[in-house]
Amino acid sequence: MNITNSLQGGVLTVSLCGELDHHGAAEVRKSIDAAIDRESPKKLRLRLAEVQFCDSSGLGLIMGRYRKARSAGAEITVCDPSAAVEKIMRLAGLDKLIKIERSTEK
Amino acid sequence: MNGVKEKKKAGRATEVFKISFAAKSVNESFARSVVSAFASRLDPTVSELADLKTAVSEAVTNCIVHAYRDSRGKAEILLKGSVYADGRVVVEVKDHGCGIADVERAMQPLFTTDPAGERSGMGFTVMGAFCDGVKVRSRPGKGTTVVLTKRFGDCGA
Ligand SMILES: Nc1ncnc2c1ncn2[C@@H]1O[C@H](COP(=O)(O)OP(=O)(O)O)[C@@H](O)[C@H]1O
Ligand SMILES: [Mg+2]
Repeated sequence: MNITNSLQGGVLTVSLCGELDHHGAAEVRKSIDAAIDRESPKKLRLRLAEVQFCDSSGLGLIMGRYRKARSAGAEITVCDPSAAVEKIMRLAGLDKLIKIERSTEK
Repeated sequence: MNGVKEKKKAGRATEVFKISFAAKSVNESFARSVVSAFASRLDPTVSELADLKTAVSEAVTNCIVHAYRDSRGKAEILLKGSVYADGRVVVEVKDHGCGIADVERAMQPLFTTDPAGERSGMGFTVMGAFCDGVKVRSRPGKGTTVVLTKRFGDCGA
């Protein structure tokens, strides 16, 4: 899993690239939580356009970051989810809990 | 459940495979790749194959996360696949771990015995939604077998 962070105007954008399963989730979790603690962003944006695979461990990761962000006082969105991410988010009803952003709409 | 009837109708599997590997998280993607390569001979669509891979990933991850959580012995996963002429693929994921005391409860959406591990409790729900059939056989102390059936193409259904 490739993780890229960028901070702009209080918005922390974390872009993930790879397969989001149980094996990869632990590292992503640590990395994102450390970035939230370090930067205290007002918003966390998870860019999941390049996540070709996502199972319920990925859901657990997204739900966990939702909780983490909220307890840190940050808003959270998922940006440009891949087909795999969007399908499973909808199945779990996470799309009702977390706002999905499309960068093309802007 | 009319498993017997289905078997008669579809006849014998045209291809089968059987492998075993260690219950380690690196093998989650390995199991997905094996099943994906195997099922590809039925010429599934990209989304059918993605669904099957996701369901297999759920079953295999459960063996790794739950089945052997308290054991120190050999932690192994058995993976079997069969394809049938009618476009069905059947994947069996088996462990010799702790088993599940109440399968019906375990299969409820959001049910998890490991919330601290950020499990979503959605594994069985995903298997059910992404496959045409999910069967679970489990005995506490003996292990668990999950049988996933996926039908490719519109035929039959
Ligand atoms: N192979 C297994 N061995 C033992 N327990 C299992 C196994 N698979 C599932 N379980 C039990 O069923 C529960 C629900 O599984 P699942 O729906 O995949 O959710 P999660 O993995 O997120 O907990 C697990 O929390 C666990 O208690
Ligand atoms: Mg699971």
